[in-house]
Amino acid sequence: MVDYTYTLLIPLIPFVFFILIGLSGHKMKPIVSGLIGTAGLGIAAILSYITAIRYFWTDHLAESGYKSIKAFEITWLHLTDKLTINIGALIDPISVMMLIVITTVSLMVHIYSLGYMKGERGYHRFFAFLSLFSFSMLGLVLATNIFQMYIFWELVGVSSFLLIGFYYEKPSAVAASKKAFIVTRFADLGFLIGILILSFNTGTFDFQLLTSPTGPAITMPGGAAFMGMSVLTWSMIFIFMGGAGKSAMFPLHIWLPDAMEGPTPVSALIHAATMVVAGVYLVARLFPVYALGAPDALTVVAWVGGISSLFAAIIACTQTDIKRVLAYSTMSQIGYMMLALGVSGYGGENGLGFMASNFHLFTHAMFKALLFLGAGAIIHAVHSNDMKDMGGLRKYLPITHATFLIACITIAGIPPLAGFWSKDEIMVAAWHHNKILFSIEYLVAGLTAFYMFRLYFSIFWGKATHYHHTPHEAPYVMTIPLMVLAFGAVFAGFLPFHALVTSDGMPFESHLDYSIAIPSVLIALLGIGLATAMYRKSNGLPDKLAGIWGISYKWAYHKFYMDEVYLFVTKKIIFGYISVPVAWFDRHIVDGFMNLIARTVQNTSNLIKNFQSGRLQQYGYVFVTGALALVLIFVYLWN
Amino acid sequence: MNILSLFILIPLLTIIAILFTGNMKQTRVVSAIGMGIQLLMSALLIYLYLTERNAGNTAAMLFYYDAVWFPTLNIHYTIGVDGISVAMIGLTSIVVFAGIFASWMVDYLYREFFISLILLASGVFGFFISLDLFTMFLFYELAVIPMYLLIGLWGSGPKEYSAMKLTLMLMAGSALLFVAILGIYFYSAPSGSQLTFNLLEIAKNKIPIEMQRFLFPFTFIGFGVLGALFPFHTWSPDGHASAPTAVSMLHAGVLMKLGGYGVFRVAIYLMPEAAHEQAWIFLIMTGVSVVYGAFGAVVQKDLKYINAYSSVSHCGLVLFAILMMNQTAMNGAVIQMISHGLMTALFFALIGMIYGRTHTRLINEMGGLMKVLPFLGVVYVIAGLASLGLPGLSGFVAEMTIFVGSFQHTDTFHRVLTIVACSSIVITAVYILRVVGTLLFGPIKNDHFLHLKDAMWFERLSTLTLLIAIAAIGMAPLWLSNMINFSLGPIVEKINGVATVAGLF
Amino acid sequence: MTGSIPLQYFLVISTLMFFTGIYGFLTRKNLITMLMSIELILNAVNINFVAFNRYLYPQNLQGHFFTLIIIAIAAAEAAVAIAIIINIYRNFRSIDVDNVDEMKF
Repeated sequence: MVDYTYTLLIPLIPFVFFILIGLSGHKMKPIVSGLIGTAGLGIAAILSYITAIRYFWTDHLAESGYKSIKAFEITWLHLTDKLTINIGALIDPISVMMLIVITTVSLMVHIYSLGYMKGERGYHRFFAFLSLFSFSMLGLVLATNIFQMYIFWELVGVSSFLLIGFYYEKPSAVAASKKAFIVTRFADLGFLIGILILSFNTGTFDFQLLTSPTGPAITMPGGAAFMGMSVLTWSMIFIFMGGAGKSAMFPLHIWLPDAMEGPTPVSALIHAATMVVAGVYLVARLFPVYALGAPDALTVVAWVGGISSLFAAIIACTQTDIKRVLAYSTMSQIGYMMLALGVSGYGGENGLGFMASNFHLFTHAMFKALLFLGAGAIIHAVHSNDMKDMGGLRKYLPITHATFLIACITIAGIPPLAGFWSKDEIMVAAWHHNKILFSIEYLVAGLTAFYMFRLYFSIFWGKATHYHHTPHEAPYVMTIPLMVLAFGAVFAGFLPFHALVTSDGMPFESHLDYSIAIPSVLIALLGIGLATAMYRKSNGLPDKLAGIWGISYKWAYHKFYMDEVYLFVTKKIIFGYISVPVAWFDRHIVDGFMNLIARTVQNTSNLIKNFQSGRLQQYGYVFVTGALALVLIFVYLWN
Repeated sequence: MNILSLFILIPLLTIIAILFTGNMKQTRVVSAIGMGIQLLMSALLIYLYLTERNAGNTAAMLFYYDAVWFPTLNIHYTIGVDGISVAMIGLTSIVVFAGIFASWMVDYLYREFFISLILLASGVFGFFISLDLFTMFLFYELAVIPMYLLIGLWGSGPKEYSAMKLTLMLMAGSALLFVAILGIYFYSAPSGSQLTFNLLEIAKNKIPIEMQRFLFPFTFIGFGVLGALFPFHTWSPDGHASAPTAVSMLHAGVLMKLGGYGVFRVAIYLMPEAAHEQAWIFLIMTGVSVVYGAFGAVVQKDLKYINAYSSVSHCGLVLFAILMMNQTAMNGAVIQMISHGLMTALFFALIGMIYGRTHTRLINEMGGLMKVLPFLGVVYVIAGLASLGLPGLSGFVAEMTIFVGSFQHTDTFHRVLTIVACSSIVITAVYILRVVGTLLFGPIKNDHFLHLKDAMWFERLSTLTLLIAIAAIGMAPLWLSNMINFSLGPIVEKINGVATVAGLF
Repeated sequence: MTGSIPLQYFLVISTLMFFTGIYGFLTRKNLITMLMSIELILNAVNINFVAFNRYLYPQNLQGHFFTLIIIAIAAAEAAVAIAIIINIYRNFRSIDVDNVDEMKF
């Protein structure tokens, strides 16, 4: 067995730097804290690359299929005889891939932020939080058991909360951070319930045991337990609920667009490349359980993914805030990944969807981080988020323009860029499994190309907007990460994923299916063409089209009123119909009853206190009357 | 001399020393030294306890000492500790220590204030080390009664009303308890032999089930009042709101734990059959407490009320877990007592400090304090995160142990209730974030707040003591959990071993 | 000596004195008068003691002794009572009993 204990350092280094910057950052010069954080991430990234190279190539593990290796494990908390919460590091294809994704994107975001956050109050705080997030996310992907994952799951949630609310003096940022935390917390409740049910029935938290085809989870006796589905199916659906919350799947997606209130590098790191794919990672991690033990739950995953991707793509076509467009695009692309997992089978060729999902996760991280960082450079230049305030920027921001264009082409799925390869695999997997989902994905592919190029043309072409001061290109510290990521977005597609990341660790052959690839490229080109016609030059076409669609446009523009529905449920029902009555009940009924007892005692004593008048002669009367009465009683009654 | 007796002696000596102090400075220094020694002593106790256990001593109670002080009724001064009491003693000394520093600036009748505070603490220490029911009850009363003076004299708002309400409700609880203790006493030994108040002796003898059925609710509710059991919790919001900072800290942090500890030590331990039989009623009551308290906290406007309702919810969880009567859940209950004690003490300390600066506790009158009070703000956020169960802080450890443990119950009813209780973690997030968002974040609402000064050294010391304890438990919970588990094992075996009568469900 | 004055005569006079005293105590508002009423009651008792002693146990003297003790105590008591009354007068500027009800409730 090969020793991977050092992987422990990958999450630990950012943690140490978080403590360091958090406790003493305010005494350092801002840039020092930034450089320290970046250096920490740099070390973690190097270690991750070493791990990847060793695991996939130099340690010759491929012959018998990639096995998962428990590099390190200690008992953190002892719960019952069987259940202990362990903390450790699990090395297998998907965790190694995630290490690469997280450290690469995080390092790029760190470098980018050195320039982007310059002059902000709380510079060191920002880098402390980034380190905290990197630590939690790396701990999450290395989790050896589901409870460790839950622990780090909560920690990424908090880091996300802290970073969204980074500008804590801005009420909208505070509200957005609160919303993100509470919505994901609600989803985490499902995750927790799922863990409880699963661990109660299997007696273990351990991933290796759970996902083993002969393990206690998959061999758990089936049979309908509740509403026609087995216990395992229910627990997997609950666990997926946690994943859906983190990954902003319909209907738990509402926090993601608002989360764009955070600084843009944060959106790139957390809300595009890493944390939001945690849900995909969770399903992938437990994939054998889904595929072999709970296929019904997997169908749920597929449909939730499909619906989310369509839903988000439609909304993305109507939004004007560039970060929101990208947020909905993220949601749509994650929907793709979920769908790919949902339509996948287990083992060899059947596991095409699994491979495609991880592949797409990888390429998406590159190009979506690139898009967000590019958006950051644009916002940095024009000081606005709204694409109505932009136009003709290609002259002012040449590097940003070039990299942004690459990212747009990639996400649209034009060969030979990365997005094409991964998306194509998803299409093939969907085609073999479910034709309805497949056609949804075709539609979404066209929509994606359309809204991305709508964004692109509105920013860089279109009307020549007049700016207060001439926009200028970002400094090199910001553009170099853009170029690195653009490099990834172009070439990541050539990685042999089907030989590396597969559902059972065994490599398989995969080849391009032209009957599916060519139409999908055509649809993407159609979308691009439509966007070019509408937005390249400023003309009346978009408004006219919006007019034709009428009410549907209005619904999509208002995000299908999902926010309003949530607002109704939280404000009206939970706040108005539960909490306020509970508080009233407590004050007036429960406490009122206690006060009533006190008042009764007081009233009674008020009634009888007049006997104690303080008048001597009154006492005398009573005394004499009493004495006489006693005499009479003794004399007459007792005879 | 037995090390445990020192835990009562040191506070008493401190009180005597305070009597000789001349001014406020001396008084608080003396109190701080006394309680500092107490804190060191409890660290030493934990160390000695663990060494003894590692050396292979498996007696139920260590540092056992027994002396008769009232032979007529066979009342003893019996002391001894196991892992659970050691943990509670540790909690108490931390909270008291922090409480002294949180009341550093009390200047009205300062001598009397510190005397009452320390007297209260000595009652709590006595309660946790006692193994004799009567002596235990005595210390219990010693802990409850100074509360009246502390709130009535040094409180704020409708202090007489709150003090009276709190004392009367707790006294009503004690009355129930006293009946129960006498009842237990008369059935404490087989007929003909010497009756006893000694917990360990009583546990060897089985109290007749008919008596248990009658005595169990008395004991449970008697202690439950102190543990803020719904619907006997309403003293808590009013009491906390009026109490001075240190008193709120001690009360919510430590005194409410006497309830949970008592339920565990007396009610469940001595009357397991009745506990099994009646658990479902009380499980529903405590389950209601958990969710109800959380919902109640969502709409409160006063910081102290929010915290009081959140205490109702968290302490409800303690009783809830104890009633599950399996080892993991009970372990979780003990950890939750400690965790909640530290957390809520920290909250009340912070609220006191914020109130001392802004002169208001209404959250909608404040805003943006993070900018002017960065230290207090950050600590408040961390305390909030601990309260909503962030991993790495103590709340998570406690809640997860409770939830996993409760869910191991073989009965569906119990598991469904566990899920209901789980939902409180979402509601907790709602009210904590509401407070944090309104109080600390956002723009500053009042120009007068711009000139506020951040925490002084004693305030930093007070909050950091608690914060370090919270983080230490949260990051490395294993030793604490093992220490408690070791002592819980035989107790749980005893409780479940004699379960001859099945529950209703 | 027997047969000179029948016992009933004494009892009648003492009963009359006793109830006069009770009546005075309950109806008069002046503290001095009330004190006098109490003296009447005491003296009624004294008469009874002496009379019963004479008629029932002529050879014993307990009744007489008791009477003497009561007279002594009554004297002391009157002194104390008058001292109290003087103090009340100083505090309330009146010796009307109805004014002295500070001890109520």
